[in-house]
Order: sequence, then structure tokens, then C-alpha cells
Amino acid sequence: MSIIETKDLTYVYNPEMPGETRALDAVSFSVEEPCIIGIIGHTGSGKSTLLQHLNGLIKPSSGDVYIGGECITDGRKNLADVRRKIGLVFQYPEYQLFDETVAGDVVFGPKNLGIADDEVDDRVRRAIEMVGLDYDEVAEMSPFELSGGMKRRAAIAGVIAMEPEILMLDEPTAGLDPAAHKDIIDMIKKVQSEMNLLIIFVSHNMSDIAELSDRVFVMKDGRIVMDGSPEDVFSRGDELREMGLSVPPAKEIAGRIKERAPKFESKALSIEGLAEDIQKFRNIKEKA
Amino acid sequence: MIRDITLGQYYPGSSAVHRLDARTKIIATLIYIVALFVVKNFWGFLIAGAALFAVIEVSKVPVKFIFRGLTAVFMIIAFTFLINLFMVDGRVLWQWKFLSITEEGVNRAFFMAVRLVLLIIGSSLMTLTTKPIELTDGLEKLMKPFSKIGVPSHEIALMMTIALRFIPTLMEETDKIIKAQQARGADFESGNLIRRAKALIPILIPLFISSFRIAQDLALAMEARCYHGGSGRTRMNQIRFHRGDAIAALLVIVFLVAIVLSRFINVPI
Repeated sequence: MSIIETKDLTYVYNPEMPGETRALDAVSFSVEEPCIIGIIGHTGSGKSTLLQHLNGLIKPSSGDVYIGGECITDGRKNLADVRRKIGLVFQYPEYQLFDETVAGDVVFGPKNLGIADDEVDDRVRRAIEMVGLDYDEVAEMSPFELSGGMKRRAAIAGVIAMEPEILMLDEPTAGLDPAAHKDIIDMIKKVQSEMNLLIIFVSHNMSDIAELSDRVFVMKDGRIVMDGSPEDVFSRGDELREMGLSVPPAKEIAGRIKERAPKFESKALSIEGLAEDIQKFRNIKEKA
Repeated sequence: MIRDITLGQYYPGSSAVHRLDARTKIIATLIYIVALFVVKNFWGFLIAGAALFAVIEVSKVPVKFIFRGLTAVFMIIAFTFLINLFMVDGRVLWQWKFLSITEEGVNRAFFMAVRLVLLIIGSSLMTLTTKPIELTDGLEKLMKPFSKIGVPSHEIALMMTIALRFIPTLMEETDKIIKAQQARGADFESGNLIRRAKALIPILIPLFISSFRIAQDLALAMEARCYHGGSGRTRMNQIRFHRGDAIAALLVIVFLVAIVLSRFINVPI
């Protein structure tokens, strides 16, 4: 049984008005195993719209979404159950912090789900630790006193505390400095391995996509135009560039080397992997 | 839900109405609104309605689009109608306990409802056919003479420009925050009044913080570009009256005369 599946998901903005646009156009995919899925695409390609469909925030114009085999687009009013299973972290989630304390903000989600008080405290502690913050230090602080990166992690903790089966993040690293950026990447890895859930994230950073994803969706004009492993997707560099996207730096450098040394081959997506391949290539050359 | 409000929205186009000087449209709208209160019988409303319909036709704004804006104020119109229907003294047509409907009440209620509908359509037609920036430019020019007696016309116009400019931004922001909190299981629809009011806190606080942030960014951006108030400031787009404005002015005068004359028509419907 699939964890999540969509069938011909279509969404039209402003139907029958000037400015009618197809934000999603017959999107179909299915995910069977917990893993990390990265979504890339040009601005306005429908990435965020897709995420918002998956937990019922937007109702599709046509098509269906299935969570664990159950259709959530059957016209039901009560989506609380769906939102419990699927956590969505919006872009710049720190702008949605509102409570006087970090703990108070993180508790908002679980409380809305009606979880018993003693369990809620446990969850809040676990969630805050999970995102790499020190519970005893930050729990009673105002979220507005935290640094940018910490604010973002506190906001993400608010979604993780709901203990979803699927976690979706919309550009989780946008606008962060390199250190905070790395923290978020490490956090995503840790959350996936420790909670064993399905993570779907959107990013414009190709290195992040290459580093984290087990599977990559490329979106264009509301459609998924590529769906495969990061190796497969990033081997189609020319097509990606045509869409206004790019490949990870390692792939870019490998391409440049190949221009000068046609025999050079590297499938590496990380700088470390590329360095190894270059070393191997040099060893072979020296032997020859 | 919030997007259904058309008052203050702009409908892109290049019709004769769109091309008119904003000042012409502002004055014409003011005259139209005053005229609606001069009207006292059916014939006057017929003229006012026909005039409005003619302008809508010329402006090429879809009627459907205009009427959608009315749904947002439907409650106000319905309330006005009922109050007038039951509260006016006169020849009693129908009575039940303390409730009574009089002939004058029926007339007044209908007239008031029609008046409100025309008023809202008339004024939203102005904003639908005028870019917000032209509108505030026009207002600034119109208020210029009053600056001699200390009215800060430029500042008022600037505040209006900024307010109008940020309506869509804040709506988008609100929409995003509502969705984010909904994704965290927030429920805005059930429970009693106090619970629902409390449920708004997770929306209002982030919205306030966002507004302050946006305001500060804007202020800094304006200062960085050497904004220093209205005195000595020139404009990129000079607004001028054209032939179309003269024709429009003439039509407005004809309309006004017709409305005043309609008061003297004594033919019953």
C-alpha cells in the first residue's frame, strides 16, 4: 500500500476569470516507502500548491489524493485527521510563531489534536530536542528572542510535535546563513532516520536536493516532468538548464572537466565524491 | 472568502472609462452619490440606474464581476431594507402584533435598498476602472487647494497609496498564516464566540508582527531613496484633462439636470 498517492491532481486558479492559470495539471505520483523526496522547479511551477493539496489546505479542481490508501478529497469537511498525519512546514515558518514562549508555541499543534496533557509535555520536549535545540534553555524563552535559524527550528518543532507520518517542508533553508542552513539539513536527515517517516521538501538549492533526496521530482508548469533518483535527474543537466534550473556544483565541475578530458567520468553529486573520482582518474592516468 | 470583496479592486482595461482622468471619475462619482440622495421617485432611480448601466457597458467590466462585490455587503442592504420596512409610520398595509408594514415603509425600503446598491456599484465602478495609483494622484491634485489651509494633501494621498498597495499583500499574508495554523490543526469554525475569538490570536499576532516588519522595510526603502515628503516633488506621470473628460463632464451635467427634473415628474408608475 502506498503512503501517499495522487491521481490526476489538477488545480485551476481564478477559473473563468482574466488570469486563469493551471497551477497543477494532472499530477500523479505514488510513494511506497518512507524516504526523502526533493521537489525542484522554477518559481510558479506549482511546488507549493502541490504541498498544500497533500494535506487538504487546497481542494483540487479535479483528481484525488490518497493518504495510506484512503481518499482525502472525497468532499469531507473534517480534515483534522488528515492534518494530524501530514505535517506541513510553510516557507519562513518563523513568521507564524505567536506564543509568549517557545514551548507554548510548539504545544499549539498537539493541543489542537486533543492529546492528553502529560503526553503533550513529552512530545514538546522530544520535538524541541529533535530539531537540535536545548529544551531547558529555550522552552521558556520568547520565540522572538531566538536567532533566525533557531526561530525556524522552533517553528519546525511545532509541526514535528504533532508526530506526523509525512512531513512536508516548503523551502526549509531559504534565507538562512550557511551555519543555520547546515543545521537544518542535518536536522532533516536526523528526523527522517529517527522517526522513519516520509519527508517531502521543496528547495532551490541543488546541493541540498542532491545531498538529502532519495527521489527527486522536477516540476514545470504544474506538471511533474521528471521523477527519479538524484543521479538520474541531475544527469539530464541540459534539460534542467533549459527549465531555468541548475545542477549541483559537483556535477557542474565534472562537466567542465569532461570538456577538457573527455575520458573523465563521475556520477558524484557531492564535492567529496567528486574529489574521489578525480583522484581515481589521476591515478589511472599516472599509471598509463 | 476575503478575495470576494471587489471594492477597491482594479479591473484592467483600456475602455473610454478607464482612460478618463482620475479627477473626472472622482468628481463624477461624488456627484453621482449626491444625486442618488436627491432622487425621490421611481423615475429618478430609472435615470440613475440607466446611467450607471450605460457606464458599465462602456467600461467593458463584466457585470458578473461587479455584482460579485455586492454579495459581501448583502447583509447591510438586507438589514437596511428590513429596518425601513417596519419602522416607517404611515398608511398601514399589514399588521401582526407590534409589527406593521406601511405603504410609505415599503416605498422607503425599496428606495433605500436600490439607493445602496447603486451607490456601491457606482463607487466600485470607479475603483474598478482606475488604477489605485492614479486614484490617489487624482485625490492629491484635487486636495491641493486645501493645503493652503493646512490640509496635508500629499501625506494623505501617500497614506492612501500605501494602504491600497498593501491590501493585497496583507491579504496574502493573512491567507498564508491562516493556512499555516490550519496545518497545525487550528480550528476557526467551531465553538462559541469566545472560543472563536481566542482562535484568532494565532493569526493576529503573526499578522501584526508582519505588518510592522513590512512597514519598517518600506520606511527604510523610502528613506534609502531619499524620500523627504511632498514639497518640491515632481511627478513622472503628469495627469491632464483630455477631450474625453470634457465629454464626460458634459454628460454628468446632463445627468444631474435629468435627476433634478425627475423630482417634478408626478406620473405614477
